[in-house]
Amino acid sequence: MLDFLFNTDIGLVILTFAKALALLVPLLIGVAYLTYAERKVMAAIQLRKGPNVVGPFGLLQPFADAIKMITKETIIPSGSNRVLFVMAPMLTFILAMLAWAVIPVNDGWAIADINVGILYLFAISSLGVYGVIIAGWASNSKYAFLGALRSAAQMVSYEVSMGFVLVTVLLCVGSLNLTDVVRAQSKIWFCIPLFPMFVIFFISALAETNRSPFDIPEGESEIVAGFFVEYSSMSFGLFFLGEYANMILMSAMTSILFLGGWLPPFGIEPFTWIPGPFWLILKIVLLLFVFIWVRATMPRYRYDQLMRLGWKVFLPFSLIWLVLTAGVLMAFGLLPNA
Amino acid sequence: MITQVLFYLFAAVLIVSAAMVVSARNPVHSVLFLILAFFNAAALFLIAGAEFLAMTLVIVYVGAVAVLFLFVVMMLDVDFAELRGGFQRYLPVGAAVGIVLLVELTIVLGGWKLAPGSVKAHMSPTPANISNTEALGRLLYTDYIFLFQASGLVLLVAMIGAIVLTLRDRKTSRHQNIRVQTERSVAETLEMMTVELGASTNRSGGFLRPKPPEPEKVEEPAGGHGHGHH
Repeated sequence: MLDFLFNTDIGLVILTFAKALALLVPLLIGVAYLTYAERKVMAAIQLRKGPNVVGPFGLLQPFADAIKMITKETIIPSGSNRVLFVMAPMLTFILAMLAWAVIPVNDGWAIADINVGILYLFAISSLGVYGVIIAGWASNSKYAFLGALRSAAQMVSYEVSMGFVLVTVLLCVGSLNLTDVVRAQSKIWFCIPLFPMFVIFFISALAETNRSPFDIPEGESEIVAGFFVEYSSMSFGLFFLGEYANMILMSAMTSILFLGGWLPPFGIEPFTWIPGPFWLILKIVLLLFVFIWVRATMPRYRYDQLMRLGWKVFLPFSLIWLVLTAGVLMAFGLLPNA
Repeated sequence: MITQVLFYLFAAVLIVSAAMVVSARNPVHSVLFLILAFFNAAALFLIAGAEFLAMTLVIVYVGAVAVLFLFVVMMLDVDFAELRGGFQRYLPVGAAVGIVLLVELTIVLGGWKLAPGSVKAHMSPTPANISNTEALGRLLYTDYIFLFQASGLVLLVAMIGAIVLTLRDRKTSRHQNIRVQTERSVAETLEMMTVELGASTNRSGGFLRPKPPEPEKVEEPAGGHGHGHH
């Protein structure tokens, strides 16, 4: 049986499917409970109770929401471009799932442990903007189009400084493989020597996922709901799922690049008893909490201020830090593979 | 086996979507087909073993260049029926240019011989023992560093040229000085008024009222000093 799975073409396909299911099913459950956690945490911050009626402590609320979403009518506006209108949410959702192929959950536990893992992640996350632009254009609505334009500009701007942060990390690792990135942090997590880059990366992740305070593509008070204003029922649901899956993905990326992935905080006894995936999940949950915390605390950025932050603050800063890191690594002979 | 099936699949989709780029009526559809073509080209790179090039193609062309294309095409209000109207008129000239290009390309490609040393390296993107990325890096940053720097310089010149050509600072545009704003204190912006009990409210001032904005300075000093005026 094992021989069949590992040594034949069909066996490998089946094995890959099984691995993908083993990752995606927990991920989707995670997405469902992230919406619940968001409502509960925001409620706690605002001194409310949050969802508490469906099931014990409101724990079944995500499923009630899902059933409501599925049973509603899908409305396709008559002036819209039907094919693209339906395609856009699917694209968003698929891209959010696709990136998980290279995330290592434990040493060697990745569906595809490829050589260019970081570039793959960067490529997939830079595609996220298409779901938004296509949705905005295909809706044939002013608000949707404005939201799409805003988000296109925003996501492209923040990707640049994110790229520089990735390059800085790569310099310290000497490999584009995500497993190697985590292994390189066995002595010290990168969030300590590269702390400013960690902060820039996290803030850019907020902007990249269109989360508050950078949620101007969907700013309710100005452009009603931005790019998905015309969407209803499950097509809206796919955008929603995609956005939350992207949040989890960005948290996973941050944990892998800066917080040592599956590694325990100290490589000594009581910490090493806990298996790697739990550490990774713990770090992801912690970062997700910060996502929600920021949303409940910060007011929305104005559009020009957001652009200023991306281009005039983050970009020069990350560029300087990149050169500085390269110089320090070179001067002290710390370059990996040298 | 799987590789071959995938190759023909991606190649077929690539050719079909490339044909759709030029034949689609809606320009937005054209750009979307272009993106599909980029994707399939990236997949072909992957099959050939050039994973770094594949990822760079997706990041640079799909993630950035095509987004700008799409942006521009969506924003422009071009009447494409009118553009196509002149098809018959421009056909002879267009065909002539096309034929000349085709003949030239055929002549060039017909006389093209690969250098004897490079025949062996042809279609083997990864040298032994080192990864694709490292091989490319060695070529670009070690063997051909001066050419690489020179091409970077050309791009820089082009970039500066584009900025010089398009940047027109109109006198009417208003800029925001973030530092001045964040360094503002309460005393500078608000004034406390004492209002007698029962006094009528038709006075122009209320209680804690915002001061009128100071007249705007026409020219900000370049050094950025001396903003904390009192």
